[in-house]
Amino acid sequence: MTPTAAKPVLSLRGIRKVFPGVVALDGVDLDLHAGEVHVLLGENGAGKSTLMKVISGAITLDAGEIRIDGQPVRIASPRHAQSLGIGIIYQELNLVPHLTAGENIFLGREPGLGAGVIDQRALVRAAQQQLDDLGVAIDARTTVERLSVAQQQMVEVAKALSLEARVLIMDEPTSALTQQEIAELFATIGRLKARGVAVVYISHRMEELFAVGDRVTVLRDGRHVGTRMIRETTMDELVRLMVGRALSEKFPKQRVPAGAEVLRVERLERHGLLHDISFSLRRSEVVGLAGLMGSGRTELARALFGADRIDGGRIFVHGRERRIDSPRSAIDLGLGFLTEDRKSQGLVLVQSVQENLTLPSVGRFSRLGFMRRRDEAQAAAKRIAELRIKTPGPHQRVMHLSGGNQQKVVLGKWLTTEAEIFIFDEPTRGIDVGAKVEIYQLMNQLVARGAAVLMISSELPEILGMSDRILVMRAGRIAGEFNAADATPEKILAAALGRN
Amino acid sequence: MDAPPDLQANRGSRREKAGGEVPPGSSSLVTSAASGTTRGGAPRGTAFLAHYARQFGTLAGLVGLSVVLWILTPHFLTVSNLLNVAQQTSINAVIAVGLTFVIISGGIDLSVGSLVAFAGVVLATLLQRGVPVPIALLAGLLTGFGCGVVNGLLITMGRLPPFIATLGMMSVARGGALLFTDGRPVSGFGPGFRWLATGEVLFVPVPILVMVAVYAMAHFVLRRTRFGRYVFAIGGNPEAALLSGVPVRFHQTMVYGLSGFLSAMAAMLLTARLNSAQPIAGINYELDAIAATVIGGTSLMGGQGSVMGTLIGALIMGVLRNGLNLLNVSSFIQQLVIGAVIIVAVLIDMALKQRRR
Repeated sequence: MTPTAAKPVLSLRGIRKVFPGVVALDGVDLDLHAGEVHVLLGENGAGKSTLMKVISGAITLDAGEIRIDGQPVRIASPRHAQSLGIGIIYQELNLVPHLTAGENIFLGREPGLGAGVIDQRALVRAAQQQLDDLGVAIDARTTVERLSVAQQQMVEVAKALSLEARVLIMDEPTSALTQQEIAELFATIGRLKARGVAVVYISHRMEELFAVGDRVTVLRDGRHVGTRMIRETTMDELVRLMVGRALSEKFPKQRVPAGAEVLRVERLERHGLLHDISFSLRRSEVVGLAGLMGSGRTELARALFGADRIDGGRIFVHGRERRIDSPRSAIDLGLGFLTEDRKSQGLVLVQSVQENLTLPSVGRFSRLGFMRRRDEAQAAAKRIAELRIKTPGPHQRVMHLSGGNQQKVVLGKWLTTEAEIFIFDEPTRGIDVGAKVEIYQLMNQLVARGAAVLMISSELPEILGMSDRILVMRAGRIAGEFNAADATPEKILAAALGRN
Repeated sequence: MDAPPDLQANRGSRREKAGGEVPPGSSSLVTSAASGTTRGGAPRGTAFLAHYARQFGTLAGLVGLSVVLWILTPHFLTVSNLLNVAQQTSINAVIAVGLTFVIISGGIDLSVGSLVAFAGVVLATLLQRGVPVPIALLAGLLTGFGCGVVNGLLITMGRLPPFIATLGMMSVARGGALLFTDGRPVSGFGPGFRWLATGEVLFVPVPILVMVAVYAMAHFVLRRTRFGRYVFAIGGNPEAALLSGVPVRFHQTMVYGLSGFLSAMAAMLLTARLNSAQPIAGINYELDAIAATVIGGTSLMGGQGSVMGTLIGALIMGVLRNGLNLLNVSSFIQQLVIGAVIIVAVLIDMALKQRRR
């Protein structure tokens, strides 16, 4: 069967979606045919998730057209998408754990006996039918929390099919499955194909794509860069499509000769998350930490900063072995951590710019527990001027600041503690291009002053543009190390995907 | 019954105050080295007004309520009645300070009423057995503090939700008080102790002085000390606070300890006033204290609030009860009115916050 010969079930033309400061999708075209598995590929931030949210009605598009069976539609809400036959199974499953599989499948649509009484027998019968049709051995009367993740996924699939889904989107469905379960999932996907369902399959795992996919579409920077028949393409071609861009001049990197070693990590372990991690960091050096989502980069940062327990390994700061068992001890050793998520981890949104700027160094602005408010105000004023934080005043609550300015406040916190070792986790996520360059320049200034920076980023251009050295993580291990001069996007991606 | 609409009207005026802060041009009310160096920074004058706008609104509510009561019953605005109101308010007000700390830190403490009873009977039993007053007082206060610390440890080390931990303590402390006294009141103290209720300094009754001192200190601690700063940060975002090196568990534990300590202080005032300690004292006090706190503008979500707001909130409740009594309103209707006031006050507060955003 050649899917391309048939008329598409779902067809997208010129899909565009703009978020403040970011063009997330820029003129994306995509055709889905009945009975095909269409793989969607792209780096983090390439626009895969946004595109799927557009199709499943979670967000509305700014421009472009969606057709179902040739008819133009406007998908207004997830519920609307459902009624149009589009189902989505997120990485985070959406089931009610204490209800049974059957109750979850028919949640909100329970067969009734009238007067709001549920017809339990009809419900179990219909649910069991759906599960049996899928070819999975699950009793519809089992509570969902007693099912394995793979089985729960099947319940979601059955639920989507009971809604007569003709397009089924699966976002990273194998990320939590064992090899055996993956094989079963692929068998089920085969049965879905036979029933004429169009499956959109999103995954980072290249080898899977070749096992399960019929066609593949690659997105990059919100654009459609190519669609291929799986059997006519190669991994190398796909990697090239994913990264094939000229690195732009957005990165004002200034190279400073690196100095003495300030941080050395030896054989760091955290059960199940980090394995045998060793690396070092020198004065005036930016070390980029690349890797796919879930590869353990943030876990490493948190462990180094004392936010999570370490199960083994040694950490040396300025040549002396140190125990970092709390963020406090990390801060006292001169570490600063700019978290990935500013709002939930970096800032106290309801507090003022000043209070946030001084929070980690409150001890220095107090004597015998009493705040020395003049010193504190002076320090805050200095940071605001130095970082050019745009705020009506030091007492403005940070929740009212823009993303870029919030990020500057987080950076300012660690300047106030006089940190020398900075961990930046996704420092420019969600901030606009102008503010990004400002953050890079601040990073340059820090490095020029002798600071050491460990920069986690999912944006390859940022990693390549700002780092002196690059570490690549995969499955909780360091999977590769490159000097900035020899690093290429292909090499980094190959290490991150585990095909050296 | 006129009280709630009037209260509402007065509280509504807060918006004008909040919106009409000092115009930017006239901002240099306070010139200090610090604020002078801030480019375009809000000096303390504006910040002060913005910060306290919420309390001015609550205060306007209190004043409005008082004016209405004054019109309806001349007896309201007599020195003796006002002192009476303040004295009656003092117990709830002192408990509410502790609760304000707890709620700002993002928690809740349901055990305060039971701790009043438990600390009260410990104190009273020691007094009855002839233990010197200062030692008995100290023992009572430590009892409250200790129970509060247990709450805190259950929450921080045991990872229980504050609601559950303090709900358990509420019952345990009540049971403890009943067991300790065999369910009977404890009485018979010397005049030295009674001074806490009957004494006066410069014509001001001691309970009022205690209340004022507690509030002055609590305000200072919350606004001017490291402890206070951390309490706000923990309530605003515990994760960010932890990653900023704040000893979150320690401060959370101490906040519950403080709440227990202040409950014991209220127990001291109550026992002196009644000249006896009842194991069934303090029932529903937690609800009055929570009410005073939220009327005073402290957010149940944590991270925001003030003890001065709580003081005004406690006074609003006290004045309302007193006024309704003076007007011979039945206690059934009183309950209804107070409940309505709490709901309306918080509704208005939420509506204003929504619009300010």
